[in-house]
Amino acid sequence: MNTALELKNVSKSFGLVKANKNINLAVEAGSIHGIIGENGAGKSTLMNIIYGMHRADSGEIHFGGQKVDVRSSADAIEHGIGMVHQHFMLVPTFTVLENVMLGTEGGLMLRDGRGAALERLLHLSETYNLQVNPHALVSDLNVGQRQRVEIIKALKGGAKVLILDEPTGVLTPQEADQLFEILKVLRDDGVSVLLITHKLSEIMDITDTVSIMRQGEMVGHRKTSETSPQELAELMVGREVLLEVDRKPATPAEVRFSATNLGYTNAQGVLELDDINFEVRAGEILGVAGVSGNGQTQLMETLAGMRHLTSGSLNILGTEVTAADQTDPRIIRDLGVGHIPEDRHTHGLVLNFEARENMILGFHDTELAGSGTLFDYKAIQQNCEDKMAHYDVRPANPRLNAKNFSGGNQQKIVIAREFSANPGVLLVGQPTRGVDVGAIEFIHKQLLELRDAGCAILLVSVELDEIMSLSDRIMVLCGGQNVGIIDSADADRQTLGLMMAGQRQEAAA
Amino acid sequence: MSTPTPPLPRWADLILLPIINLFAAFFICGLIVLAIGENPIEAMGVMIKGAFVYSGGLGYTLFYTTNYIFTGLAVALAFHCMMFNIGGEGQALIGGLGAALASFGIGLYLPAPLAIPLAVLGAFIAGGIWGVIPGYLQAKRGSHIVITTIMFNFLAASLMVYLLAGPMLEAGQQSPQTAKLAESTLLPKMADILSPLGFDIASTPLNASFLIALGAMAVFYVLVWHTRLGFNIRSVGQNQEAAHYAGINVARTIIITMAISGGFAGLLATNEILGFNHKVVLNFTAGYGFTGIAVALMGRNHPIGIFLAALLFGALTQGGGELDFEFQSITREMVLLIQGMIILFSGALAYMFNPPLARMIAKFVAPKDPANG
Repeated sequence: MNTALELKNVSKSFGLVKANKNINLAVEAGSIHGIIGENGAGKSTLMNIIYGMHRADSGEIHFGGQKVDVRSSADAIEHGIGMVHQHFMLVPTFTVLENVMLGTEGGLMLRDGRGAALERLLHLSETYNLQVNPHALVSDLNVGQRQRVEIIKALKGGAKVLILDEPTGVLTPQEADQLFEILKVLRDDGVSVLLITHKLSEIMDITDTVSIMRQGEMVGHRKTSETSPQELAELMVGREVLLEVDRKPATPAEVRFSATNLGYTNAQGVLELDDINFEVRAGEILGVAGVSGNGQTQLMETLAGMRHLTSGSLNILGTEVTAADQTDPRIIRDLGVGHIPEDRHTHGLVLNFEARENMILGFHDTELAGSGTLFDYKAIQQNCEDKMAHYDVRPANPRLNAKNFSGGNQQKIVIAREFSANPGVLLVGQPTRGVDVGAIEFIHKQLLELRDAGCAILLVSVELDEIMSLSDRIMVLCGGQNVGIIDSADADRQTLGLMMAGQRQEAAA
Repeated sequence: MSTPTPPLPRWADLILLPIINLFAAFFICGLIVLAIGENPIEAMGVMIKGAFVYSGGLGYTLFYTTNYIFTGLAVALAFHCMMFNIGGEGQALIGGLGAALASFGIGLYLPAPLAIPLAVLGAFIAGGIWGVIPGYLQAKRGSHIVITTIMFNFLAASLMVYLLAGPMLEAGQQSPQTAKLAESTLLPKMADILSPLGFDIASTPLNASFLIALGAMAVFYVLVWHTRLGFNIRSVGQNQEAAHYAGINVARTIIITMAISGGFAGLLATNEILGFNHKVVLNFTAGYGFTGIAVALMGRNHPIGIFLAALLFGALTQGGGELDFEFQSITREMVLLIQGMIILFSGALAYMFNPPLARMIAKFVAPKDPANG
């Protein structure tokens, strides 16, 4: 076998934390190699070592059969390693071409470099089907296109190994499929692709071989064709995991929450939600499906009172809310609505606050923070300890800042806070985004338990599988409009896909 | 990109790093003193003696410290809400106006135990009003707080010149200042407070306002970390979006924060006006409002840190005066230079020594690792 990249006994510690322990890894030339592991398993650290952003404490890196010393990302690029980061590193006000040139402008004047870069860019985009307009501003591109620019940047130096760190986290299913097509072309051209992910389906769909990491160690290497999602999940988590959600039929009761001709026009005058009608009953989950950016965020935030609806009305647990009412999140919350926001970093948590402070965020006016004028830190501590125990938040340290928890545990803090308030209606946005397998299982179970306890739940997710496995009914949004609501028993990927593209329910069915 | 530095232990971050920064600042200043032909060690000795040792030195130092505590707290509170309050100077000036109006208005009719709190309240409220207007403009109109507070400094200065040279000018007086404030609203000197208790200290401008400053520190601590309002303030400061999500009224929190912040700055008048000048004079704030930014920065927006930073700046102000007095070639500007250096090293370059220090500490701590892990 022709090995493109090999790691031998690579270790790396940050202070007392051993991020990587004696990692061995061999990546074959012209293959797609997946690295899978939960958040915090050490995947990103390992990739940063390969790319020269971190230096390993010990161990060797062999590239193309030769031992190399990668001291910086410039070294890595020289050795033919390219990396596409999870968070894009592009200058939004530059054009695609200018971004691609960045770092290799060549000479005093830009003219010569620009010509060469343009040629290279066109060549790459043609060879690998990376369609993008070189003269478009990056700020005008959508996420999928920006990622292509990143890939072109990574490939421009003639990379033989391409590292992609969680590339599909920000993509729609269609964009992800396009990305995978591109990766296949790259593989067939002899490039080795290292795909970092925590999504089992991606590993199974696209990779040739897969390495599994857990707690800083490599726990296994498999040929993708010879393994199963079940085995991978168990290796990742270290115990048996339930991948399928065990959902009993719902027993919906009274209507708890409804929207009538709901509309939302933003400050720029753009109609973002158009004539939405739905109702959610006690004891059922209404899923909201749609390609990301079709009004889901606006819907959630309007329902939660973070934006003001501009037409139509809502009925929340018997209280009528219209455009004339200046609602705010406080009022909606006090009506008995819980809200797991789509973006826990921006909305759900104050990352620089301790876990115990986050555990009372939004409830700090209640007795959770003490019954007197001043905060009762004993009560706050106790409240956090109890909820951490009940929702299995790890580490169970109420004094740790929220930013120091893993994604899954951060989400559990938000969930613990919102679920414990025992809401009559719950708005849930992207409950498992950036959350590891073990935590997903837990969160799904908790959601269903809450449903069975009689809560009316509205669930927004870009993961179609999640919507399909949890929801009792599914509403599909496209361009801010409600395309239709169907029973989840009648929903399959095909039907939903057509509806997400804007086809009305009758036509789709 | 190089290897990221290991995090600095908390104790080193809070104690060692500021001390190193301070020494770096003094070292550079020492070189400058050397360059103008004086002995830096000797100069340092004069400064320390002037600030702490000579009779009355400490009293003066604490008098200046009081001013820095008030303006430091003002800036720090706004910082907790991520508001950059540059307007301490103007708020303190208007605080003086408030104190004077309260004094002239009620001081003649009430005994000291009632009149003093009301005069102090006058300073707080007036400063608060001067803070709340930019706060409102920021919260409701989106006018940037940095710009508006700076403009409000000029407005306050102009207003005071107009009032002191016109409507409030003492009859028959040439220089722009008010008449003496009502006796019942004046704060007693610390020397007078302490002597009946058996402590004999030199009579200095140090007055009961120092106690108000200590009280303000306690109020600040409880407010920020132990009340719901403080939680709102810190939430808005750390993550406005999350605060909004949590149902906190962001605009209202900003307005209230700026009101209290301005109030703290206004309290400076209790020291300078009610405690020392006993009348409102022009420019009594003398830059304390601006230095308060450095005090808050150095003090890490915590009352204890602010006290220590204020003490340092107080000592520099007092010791610097001695320096000017003792040495021919060293002038008051040297003190400004030292202050500037300290601000440079502990503000702008605060983390310059962080990476090397962190690596050094990591080296000493690291050998134990294998045993633990």
